[in-house]
Amino acid sequence: MVRVIVTAVLLLLLWLGVRRAKLVPSRGQSIIELGVDFIRVQIAEQVMGKERAKPYLAMLTTIFFTVLAMNLAGVVPFLNIAGTSRVGLPLVLALWVLVVYLAAGVRKHGVGKYLKAQLFPPGIPWPAYLLITPIEALQVFILRPATLTIRLLANMMAGHLMLVLCFSATNFLLLEGGGLIKLTSVLAFGGGIFITLFEVFVALLQAYIFTLLASIYLNFALEEEH
Amino acid sequence: MIHAHEAAPNPLLPAGYDIVWSLVVTVIIAFFFFKYLMPKLNAILDERAAKIEGGLALAEKAQAEAASAKADVERELAEARKEAAGIREEAVSDGGQIVIDARTKAQAEAARIAENAQRQIDAERQAAVVSLRSEVGGLASELASRIVGESLTDDARQSRVIDRFLDELDAGVPSGAAPSRDQEA
Repeated sequence: MVRVIVTAVLLLLLWLGVRRAKLVPSRGQSIIELGVDFIRVQIAEQVMGKERAKPYLAMLTTIFFTVLAMNLAGVVPFLNIAGTSRVGLPLVLALWVLVVYLAAGVRKHGVGKYLKAQLFPPGIPWPAYLLITPIEALQVFILRPATLTIRLLANMMAGHLMLVLCFSATNFLLLEGGGLIKLTSVLAFGGGIFITLFEVFVALLQAYIFTLLASIYLNFALEEEH
Repeated sequence: MIHAHEAAPNPLLPAGYDIVWSLVVTVIIAFFFFKYLMPKLNAILDERAAKIEGGLALAEKAQAEAASAKADVERELAEARKEAAGIREEAVSDGGQIVIDARTKAQAEAARIAENAQRQIDAERQAAVVSLRSEVGGLASELASRIVGESLTDDARQSRVIDRFLDELDAGVPSGAAPSRDQEA
């Protein structure tokens, strides 16, 4: 439910921002352009290079804004839980990245060559492949999407737990605590404010990391033999 | 991780509805981005870049035009200056010529006038000499005849005759002379 609301809000905001997109941007359009440009220049083009990044810009932008919006839902009153602190959304996004980078690699190099490049990295004595190949296979097919998923999920869940902890402690200490104990609720409340601000930062950071890693994985798949 | 407690729901194992709804919102958001936001923004950004480039090119062109116009003006100015200098030089030389002409003309005129005057003076002198010569001759011969007509023995008389002759000459009335000359003839 939270995710549906967030989706609606995100799309509404973006739509409002670019509905009457003009050459001379309004404030909203400027902010959206700033975000889109940040992803293009700072993430995609820096990691992958201008030409290679171009077909994947829309996907990376989608991922960034989705993760960011869902993360920020964790500190919005009445929503109070990040869309990404349930495993579903991070998993879907990570699988999307997995499918796209496998497809990109296969399309560029062909199935055999791509798998060979990924699983049997050249320049290693052949007995080492006994060790390397399973590790690489695990890496390419499971670990990358799994780490993407779990990193985001764990971050947002931990943030959520911290917020719950701080605010429920405030509540409990203030209402149930006797005498001077009530004062400690101020501490807990201050912690809650701090964690809230921290969560905003983490939301941005995790969105950035998720997008950055996605582009890095794409770059791995598209790279020439290394 | 995989062997989590069976009692508590494992946060890593997604529930069916979770996956489904995530998929739905992701697809919706992705659709929005792919079909609407990115094309629109890219078009805008491209257009803006083109416009900026066009503006820069235009500015450059305008600058070049201004530079060429300035060069034209300067060239024309230099030409005009050169022309003015030429005209001035010509005027100066013309003026010199005029002065020289006038001076030679004046000199010639002066010479001519002087020559005329000289010629006139000569002519008058000539006329005076001629008339003097004839008159003096006449006078001398009249005096001589008078002296001869009177008795030349008497010194006193002689001198009286001379005095009278001179008086007559002075009076400028040659009345006495004419009958005496007739007398002699």
